[in-house]
Amino acid sequence: MPQPKHQLIALCASAALAASTTGFANSELIEMQGDPSSWVMPNGDYASTRFSALDQIDTSNVKDLQVAWTFSTGVLRGHEGGPLVIGDVMYIHTPFPNKVFALDLNNDGKILWKYEPRQDTSVIPVMCCDTVNRGVAYGNGKIFLYQADTTLVALDAKTGEKLWSAVNGDPSKGGTGTSAPMVVKDKVYVGISGGEFGVRGYLTAYDTDSGKQVWRAYSMGPDADTLLDPENTTHLGKPVGKDSGTATWEGDQWKIGGGTTWGWYSYDPDLNLVYYGSGNPSTWNPAQRPGDNRWSMTIFARDADTGVAKWIYQMTPHDEWDYDGVNEMILVDAPFPPKDEPEASSVAAVTTAETGFKMRSLLPGRKDAEEAAAPEPAPAAEPANVRKLLVHMDRNGFAYTLDRVTGELLLAEKYDPAVNWATHVDMETGRPQVVSEYSTDQNGEDVNTTGVCPAALGTKDQQPAAYSPRTGLFYVPTNHVCMDYEPFQVSYTAGQPYVGATLTMYPAPGGDHLGNFIAWDAGKGEIVWSNPEPFSVWSGALATAGDVVFYGTLEGYLKAVDAKSGEELYRFKTPSGIIGNVNTYTHKGKQYVAVLSGLGGWAGIGMAAGLTDPTAGLGAVGAYSSLSDYTQLGGQLTVFTLPES
Amino acid sequence: MRSARLSPLKAAGLVALASLTGAVSATESKGYLSFQFSPETPYYVEDGKVDFGTYNGFRRYHSECHVCHGPAGMGSSYAPALMKSMQVLDFDQFVEVVVRGRKGLNQQVMPSFASNMNVLPHMNDIYAYLKARSDGVVGVARPDKFPKVRKDAQASAN
Repeated sequence: MPQPKHQLIALCASAALAASTTGFANSELIEMQGDPSSWVMPNGDYASTRFSALDQIDTSNVKDLQVAWTFSTGVLRGHEGGPLVIGDVMYIHTPFPNKVFALDLNNDGKILWKYEPRQDTSVIPVMCCDTVNRGVAYGNGKIFLYQADTTLVALDAKTGEKLWSAVNGDPSKGGTGTSAPMVVKDKVYVGISGGEFGVRGYLTAYDTDSGKQVWRAYSMGPDADTLLDPENTTHLGKPVGKDSGTATWEGDQWKIGGGTTWGWYSYDPDLNLVYYGSGNPSTWNPAQRPGDNRWSMTIFARDADTGVAKWIYQMTPHDEWDYDGVNEMILVDAPFPPKDEPEASSVAAVTTAETGFKMRSLLPGRKDAEEAAAPEPAPAAEPANVRKLLVHMDRNGFAYTLDRVTGELLLAEKYDPAVNWATHVDMETGRPQVVSEYSTDQNGEDVNTTGVCPAALGTKDQQPAAYSPRTGLFYVPTNHVCMDYEPFQVSYTAGQPYVGATLTMYPAPGGDHLGNFIAWDAGKGEIVWSNPEPFSVWSGALATAGDVVFYGTLEGYLKAVDAKSGEELYRFKTPSGIIGNVNTYTHKGKQYVAVLSGLGGWAGIGMAAGLTDPTAGLGAVGAYSSLSDYTQLGGQLTVFTLPES
Repeated sequence: MRSARLSPLKAAGLVALASLTGAVSATESKGYLSFQFSPETPYYVEDGKVDFGTYNGFRRYHSECHVCHGPAGMGSSYAPALMKSMQVLDFDQFVEVVVRGRKGLNQQVMPSFASNMNVLPHMNDIYAYLKARSDGVVGVARPDKFPKVRKDAQASAN
């Protein structure tokens, strides 16, 4: 059966082969990401699809899933990210103190080696929202760990021996490390956290062999810092002009301007572009930083070798709500605009699904979905309008579809109906049309702006979505939370919080739940199905060729749902809340599903205490019971498989 | 006392304050105008409304402290619930921890806020807010507030 993922990989691989300068690691990782027995990078592949071609576990048998083995990390804090699997070895990481374990899959997860760095505990309180870490990266026979104190370490993947380390930031000024690195060819990329401490964000490339810095690109500042080319870097097709990274700032505010880079990174080998987003401008008080605050809240497409940006797009100019733009960029090749729905047989439906975006309307109900799931997809002729797309579910509540070659904005639609701070995105200017009532800037300092949706944690935060080329749908873990936001004057002190706003968060109006797990059609800009969840869904999703989609919940459930209908097929309660990302792999020919549990993170703040109705009177317990009624802290890996038949 | 929700501690404090200044009638009629912070009477609350300092404490707390200590002092998965801590911490101890920081169990680290100009000048207000939370006189939601009392207004009230 031809797997769509392989189609994409084949395309990428041939492009890589054509370029004679392409290094060994590049083709190695491209080859490895195409092998579904491994899970070689945090989001599965360079395109960040979190899709696996494995189909042993499917919609008919997932109900029989069992726990194969478990492993305690010995760390209590929030466990974001997920395991890597390379050959017979699984690599897992922990929040601070950032342990790394290499586990032997041939021996029920026996520890092959363990690495635990020595870090000053003074970094702990500088991390805004728990001491999370989103995982390690593999490349060139090395495991790369990005520590909380911003030390990037290269470990020998076989022995755990430390080969080199490089310091990427200054925790005494609020810079910390939480993101997972990415390896491309002979470089490893890392970002920086600390937007709540006035850190000016940057992405840095290090040489994988020596640890020497190759380039660093800031989110704001003069062109020499931002690596923007005034004439050739474009924003919605137009050159950005000279020093665009300082031109929309007042005075020197850009020097503490935020725009940190703590999310995920994607890569297109064909275009040789690295994609990522920048976070909120500092401070949270918009009155203290008039202007568009470029290039915070921006999608960057940078040359992987030089760091020079080809195109950029600022989603939320002059942020007033803390809608960081760091969420993952999912790279898909699919028809755009989607063609009219063919009223055809189920076979035709699946055929079009091979290349994306069309499955939904042919499969209106669960019954139909079951019927259509039966036939094997036939190889499809490439529709003429297939484009190289970038799909990004932003914190601001809009899902964006762009042309990832040119940066052209193709679609921007709300992916939660509760989103109210803007009516729509103007497709000409790319600017959101802000609703005055919800503008914390227009309402001014010392005024409490109420009922803004989404809340500062966004319709979706860092928890990565998944894409199935079989259904053409994106599977998105979301928050369904609104807020009151009152900005006020703050002063900057290096290494101290630099926030300048109070927040109160509560469930979206009329709802009795704080999250949804949705299927999103990025061609049409529509929600296809939506499963309400009592708490925010803070776990990265996994889509498989078995047409099963997996995700975790804050109460600790691992859930499996039907990719077409969203119908729940399986759930298992792990020992702690899940904010980690699900992966899958095979060992000795058998498919496994793995996830880290361990409550914490941003989700461990509001949710752990239990959100309450802001209008509730004194002493009201609120309509929502506390998450602590369901789960407690504790890092644990749980690995699932089907029973022996 | 008219304030229906006055805590016993607070009521005692007000009486103390009133007897100290000898302005009993002013305190009774324009409570929030004559209110002044002290460790013993950190907040003023009447019909669910708090003095501006306590309100400012709510704001400063939710700017500087809540990312670790959770909304309304309710704690998080990695830092203690201050509405409970305030039951055992007195004002001097509170100031000590905020200024010097402290290390707790399970790698919990409270940093020093001695150089933070968004915290240090507002320490009385943050203390007042958390004490009000701890005493159960302010809820989870944003409290209603009396207007900010200017110096001249206070002088005329006195």
